Amino acid sequence: MNGAQDLGGMHGLGPVMPEPDEPVFHAAWESRVFALAMAMGFTGAWTLDGSRAAREAMPPADYLRSSYYAIWLDALERQLAAHGLARPDEIARGVPDPDPDPDPAPVARVLTADILEPRYRAGFPSDRPAPAPARFAVGDAVTMRNIHPPTHTRLPRYVRAKRGTVLRVHGTFVLPDTNAYGEGENPDWLYTVAFPSSELWGEDADPNGRVTVAVFEHYIAGGRT
Amino acid sequence: MAHHHDDHDHSELSPVEARVRALESILVQKGYVEPAALDALVERYETQVGPHLGAQVVARAWVDPAYRERLLADATPAIAELGIGGRGGEHMVVVENTPEEHNLVVCTLCSCYPWPVLGLPPVWYKAPPYRARAVIDPRGVLAAFGVRLPQATRITVWDSTAELRYMVLPMRPAGTEALDERQLAALVTRDAMIGTGLPGAPASVPASVPA
Repeated sequence: MNGAQDLGGMHGLGPVMPEPDEPVFHAAWESRVFALAMAMGFTGAWTLDGSRAAREAMPPADYLRSSYYAIWLDALERQLAAHGLARPDEIARGVPDPDPDPDPAPVARVLTADILEPRYRAGFPSDRPAPAPARFAVGDAVTMRNIHPPTHTRLPRYVRAKRGTVLRVHGTFVLPDTNAYGEGENPDWLYTVAFPSSELWGEDADPNGRVTVAVFEHYIAGGRT
Repeated sequence: MAHHHDDHDHSELSPVEARVRALESILVQKGYVEPAALDALVERYETQVGPHLGAQVVARAWVDPAYRERLLADATPAIAELGIGGRGGEHMVVVENTPEEHNLVVCTLCSCYPWPVLGLPPVWYKAPPYRARAVIDPRGVLAAFGVRLPQATRITVWDSTAELRYMVLPMRPAGTEALDERQLAALVTRDAMIGTGLPGAPASVPASVPA
């Protein structure tokens, strides 16, 4: 999606503002939004890719003027509605519907305090067995596809149609482009591709700089599509 | 375990506080979330998981060359050797600063960050100015953090576009030969492991250490 989340190279956004002794959360509500998003993600109603897709679906003007956890809150409410778990009017009232759906949507699992630590220590790996051999190897020159899906993708605009070199081959991972919509994990090869800064930003770029991007084979011209 | 919010009437809350309170109460009543788990999540990231963990990894790499090799070759199991890992760091990559190359980590598309070693990211890391500028003007970003590197030093920016999570292994500061691993870890800042800073100087150590 060519949305406001795809920020690489954009001008006019103001200075980077480091904050001395910054707290983990700046208000109690931020910490609750964080925890609610984590806990709802754990239910299996949607995936992490689905959450990212929901956040970047926010209209660009709203996205750019919203704080980080405000974006999370807005996306969480829309996800709950889209998955039939809570309607906007229910959320607005803060109490369940007095005339509830007789067959409410179940969730696969609930995050409880007793399982938090072991589950978070184990993590949620997204690598998967390889369905096919990798088509590219370290040192290969590769060109990114010039794709502009209106849906979720993790190929930033600033590298589309750009040429780089494969720096690392990482194995096969869940493809966000389909996983975000419950359309399958479609494990795909993941590469680190290095782009000279001059390839991305032209003749005024730092001649000695480079940017690496983790790209799926799906994003590479000549790769599996 | 204490709730992090109190029980004021909604009328005393700001609109966003009221909206979040309402959302939490409905999700609790539907049985989708457990309040104790929410409290534990907040407590975990406010008090337990943070850059002091990444600093332990860096200090170990500085004192143990074999560990450094394992860390750079396959970071996730090497970090797990220190009992560190999990959510948000399932697929770790550690990149090493040298006199010739400086590494800088960003997530232009959202806020990907190595949670198990650094905790949750600071606001500036998640905010549009850093995400926009790091890839097109990394030297300008570094200057905003007071870091100026020789023009001959190559800057490599790592954009966290997939589930790989990057941590920078900074160079060990000069004059730290006499420090032990714990003292070294105290020099390693969060920003040094993102690449927007350099490790602190060993201020508490005499300039010249007796032989």
